[in-house]
Amino acid sequence: MSARVGWPAALVVLAAVHLAALGAGFLAPYAPTEQNRTLPYAPPARLRFVDAEGMFHVRPFVYPVTEQGTVTGAYGEDRSRACPVRFLVPGAPYRFAGLLPGHVHLFGVDEPARVFLLGADGFGRDQLSRLLHGAQISLFAGLMATALSLGVGWLLGTLSGFYGRWIDAVLMRSAELFLALPWLYLLFAVRAVLPLSIPPARAFLLLVLVIGLVDWARPARLIRGLVLSARERSYVLAARGFGASDFYLIRRHIAPQTFGLLLTQAALLVPQYILAEVTLSFLGLGVSEPVPSWGNMLADLQHYHVLVSYWWMWVPGLALVPVILAYYALSEALDVRAGAASS
Amino acid sequence: MSVSRRSESVRETTEETLRFARRTPGRVWWAGMEARVRGLLVVAVALSSSTAFAQVAPSSVDVLRSEHEVGRAGGRLVFALRSEPKTLNPVTAVDIPSKDVIGRLTADLIHIDRQTQRTAPALAKSWRVSPDGRHYTLELRRGLRFSDGHPFDADDVVFSFQCYLDERNGSPQRDLLIVGGKPVVVRKLDAYRVAFDLEEPYAAAERLFDTNAILPRHLLEKAQQEGRLPQVWGLGTPPAEMAGLGPFRLKSYAPGDRLVLERNPHYWKVDRAGRPLPYLDEIVFLLVPSEDAQVIRFKAGETDLISRLSAANFAVLARDPAAGQYRLEDLGPGLEYSFLFFNLNALGGGSREAVSRKQSWFSQTAFRQAVSAALDRQGMARLVYQGRGTPLATHVTPGNKLWMNGAVPPPTRSLSRARDLLARAGFSWKDGTLRDGAGVAVEFTIITNASNASRVQMASIIQDDLREFGMQAQVVPLENRALLDRVFHSHDYEAALMALTSEDVDPNSEMNVWVSSGPTHLWHLGQSRPATAWEEEIDELMHRQLVTLDARERKRLYDRVQALVAENLPLIPLVSPNVLVGAREGLGNFRPAILDPYVLWNADELFWLPSANRREAGP
Repeated sequence: MSARVGWPAALVVLAAVHLAALGAGFLAPYAPTEQNRTLPYAPPARLRFVDAEGMFHVRPFVYPVTEQGTVTGAYGEDRSRACPVRFLVPGAPYRFAGLLPGHVHLFGVDEPARVFLLGADGFGRDQLSRLLHGAQISLFAGLMATALSLGVGWLLGTLSGFYGRWIDAVLMRSAELFLALPWLYLLFAVRAVLPLSIPPARAFLLLVLVIGLVDWARPARLIRGLVLSARERSYVLAARGFGASDFYLIRRHIAPQTFGLLLTQAALLVPQYILAEVTLSFLGLGVSEPVPSWGNMLADLQHYHVLVSYWWMWVPGLALVPVILAYYALSEALDVRAGAASS
Repeated sequence: MSVSRRSESVRETTEETLRFARRTPGRVWWAGMEARVRGLLVVAVALSSSTAFAQVAPSSVDVLRSEHEVGRAGGRLVFALRSEPKTLNPVTAVDIPSKDVIGRLTADLIHIDRQTQRTAPALAKSWRVSPDGRHYTLELRRGLRFSDGHPFDADDVVFSFQCYLDERNGSPQRDLLIVGGKPVVVRKLDAYRVAFDLEEPYAAAERLFDTNAILPRHLLEKAQQEGRLPQVWGLGTPPAEMAGLGPFRLKSYAPGDRLVLERNPHYWKVDRAGRPLPYLDEIVFLLVPSEDAQVIRFKAGETDLISRLSAANFAVLARDPAAGQYRLEDLGPGLEYSFLFFNLNALGGGSREAVSRKQSWFSQTAFRQAVSAALDRQGMARLVYQGRGTPLATHVTPGNKLWMNGAVPPPTRSLSRARDLLARAGFSWKDGTLRDGAGVAVEFTIITNASNASRVQMASIIQDDLREFGMQAQVVPLENRALLDRVFHSHDYEAALMALTSEDVDPNSEMNVWVSSGPTHLWHLGQSRPATAWEEEIDELMHRQLVTLDARERKRLYDRVQALVAENLPLIPLVSPNVLVGAREGLGNFRPAILDPYVLWNADELFWLPSANRREAGP
C-alpha cells in the first residue's frame, strides 16, 4: 500500500513531522514539564465557534475545564465564560530547534485558563506540548542512531569486503556475535552498572549510542556483499592495475556503488530505531521523567486505569503510525528506483 | 544479629511497603477484666446451646460465641494473592501472602479485633495480669481439637512459644518475645492454664499474643527436636501432615495457580444461634501477580474480595456500569505512611564519598524543614490518590485515632518559609539555582520503588516542587530489591521515597523505626549510640512508654515523640492513602478494617446471602 501512497506524499508528511518537532517550542502552547495539579487527566478541550447562547464567534474559543465533585477524574466545562484562543502569545521560554531562544507561542488562552487540545496527563501536563517535545527525542534518536549504525556498518562492511581474508573473518564473526546477542537483557545489565541518575542530554546520547552500535552488523553484512562483488568488477581491477591506492579505489569506485543501498537502508532503519527508542523508554531504559519522549509517554499505558480511562494518553502511539508508514513508503520507493537503476 | 536478620526479612516481603511485626497497648487491667467477664458468659452460652452443634464438637467444648449477623453455611470464596506464599510455616513466614493464608489456618491465644482494635479472647478464654504487669496467667479453652482431630492443651502452647523463641528457627516473632533483654518465660500450670513471666513490665503485653499461632505439638515436636522446624510446612506439604486451630485447613495446592482451604470441622467458634463457624466450605487463593490483573479478575467476577486497591483502580471499578455486581468501600486513612528521607548514615569514603559530601546539607534540620515546607502534599493526595489520601505532618496517620497527636499542626506548603530557612542556613540562589555556602549547586537523587506507580508519581511531584526553588532532584525508580539493598545494606543513595505500614495502632509496633538502634531506623542504621540529641530523647521516650502501664501517660510520651518527629523530620511524612476494598454483592458479615488483613480477618464469619449468585464448593 505504501508504494501507492507515493514517495512525494511520504516526503511531505516526514518533512512536516520533523519540522513540527524542530519547532516544538513555538508550536506547543506550554512547557512540556509544566504541571497543573488541579487538572490531572483533563480531557481534550473542544474548540468552539458557537457559545452556549448560540452566538457565533469568529475567533475560536474554549470553555475552561473544571473539576466536578471532590474526587478527581470528573470534569465539566465552565460555560459561564469563554476563553478566546489567541495567537502568537508570550509564554514559557524555549529554544527553537534547540538553538534560538524564544518565548512566543503559536497559540494559547489567557491565564489562568488552559487549552489542552489533546488533554492532560496524570500531572496535568499538556499532552500536545509533550507530544511535540517528545517527537524531538524520539524522531531524532531514530535519525542519529541510523546515521551511527550505517556509518559504522558501512566502514566495517567495506573494510571486510575489500580486504577479505583475516579482516573479513574477524569482522564477520563479530558481526554474527552482535546479531546473536540478547541485547535487551544486555541493556538492562548495562543500565544497572551506570550511575543512578543520568542527565537527560546524556541519557539521549546514550540511547542513540546503544541503538546505533548494537545494530551495525546487519548493514555491514549487506555492504560487504556489495563491496565483494564490486571489487571484482573489471574497471576496479583495471584501476588497480594502473597502481591506484586502496583509498582511491574505495572512494572512487567502491563507495558510490553502496550509496543506493545506504539510502534504502536508512529509510528502513529510521522507523525501526524510532520504535526501538519508544520500546526502550517504555521499559524505563531511555530518557527519564519529566522530559517527554513518545516511549516514556506511552509507559503510562502500562497502568490499567490509564489504559481504560483516558484515550488521549494513546496519542503518541497513534502519532507513530503515519511516521512509520511514511518512512516505509519512502524506503520502498527508493528500493524501486535503485532496482530500476541497476537493471 | 537481629538487625541484619530483620532487614533480611523485610527484603522478603512482596509488598512495597514494609511491615513491622506488631506489639500493642491498651488498658491492661481493663482489657483483662472484660475478657474474664466475657469468658464466663461464653461458657454459659456454650453449655446452653451445646446440642445445636453436638455432631461437630463435644458438649464439653468451650466455644466462643460470635455476636455478629447469623449467616448460612456453604459456598466458596475466591481471593487473589499478589504472589505465591513462600511458606505455610507460622514460625518463619514473613511475606504478606504467606501471612494471609496462615492467618486462616491458625489461631492465637489473645486476638486483636481488627475492627475495634482492642484485644479479645481467642484460644485463651480469659487472662489475669499481676499488679506489677509482669505475670500473665491465661486460661485456655477446654475440649478444643486441631483440624486433624487431635486435642489441644497447654503443652501445645508451651511448645509453640518454645519454637518461636528458639534461635535456630530464626523466627521474626522472636524479637517481640524478648522483654527487658530476656525471653518471655512460658510455664504450664495445668492442662488448661499457662503462665507467662516477663522480665519487666510491658505495656499492653497481651497484644503480643496476636498472630503468634499455636502449633500442633504432636505433628511438629520431632522436627523441632531435630532442628528442622524452619524447613517443614512448605507449600508442597501434604494436607494430612498439617493441622491448625484456625477456621480452615489446607485442602490442596496447585503450584503457580491456586491454594484451596476447606472448612475446619473442629473450629471453636459458633454464631449467635449456636451453629458452628465458619460458614464457608472453601476459600480459594488464586495467584494473580499484579494489582491490575487482580482488578480485572475482580471486575470479571472471578474473585470475590479485593483489598489494597489503588485509588485509580478504585475509580475505574466505581464508574464501571457493572458496578452493581460488587460494592466498594473507602475506609478512610489506614496506617500506611509514605515519606521522603535523606541518607544520614555514617559513611566512610570510597564510592559513597559524593553522598557523604551532600550529607552536610541533609544533616541540617533547617534543610529538611525547608524541603518539607516546599512540598505540595495536598497536590500529592489529589494527583496520586485522587483525593483519597491525607497529607501527613507526622508518621502517625489520622487512621490511628487513639494515638495521633492532635496538637501537631497539619502540614502547610510555604515556599517563603522554605526560602527563609535555607537563607538562614547559609544557602543562596544564583541564576535560579540553590547553592550552599561553598557555592555548590544543591542536587540529589531520589530513589523509589519502580513497580509502585504511586511512589514514582509522588517522587515526580517532589521533583517539580523542589525545582521551583532551585533544587535539582532526579527521580530514579529502582527495582524493589535493589532499592532495599541500597537503603539497608550499601547505604549508597542520597534520598529515598518509601512507605511503612504498622500492623497495629500501638506505638510498640513502631519501636523498630524510632529507636536509634532499631532495624528499621531507615535514615541512619546500626547506631550504637544516638547520633543526635533528639534521637536520644526519642529513644528515651519510646523505652519509657514501653514499660509504662498507664495509658494516658503513654499517650503523653508518644505525643512528644510525634512532636519531635514533626520538628526534626528524619522522615519527611507525605501522605497516607485511604484503605480501599471491595467485595462481591451478597457477601454477609463483610466488615473490612484498616488493620491488616483488611478484608479476610473475619473469614470465619463471612457467608453468602441467599440472594447472592453463590459459588458452590468444587469437587
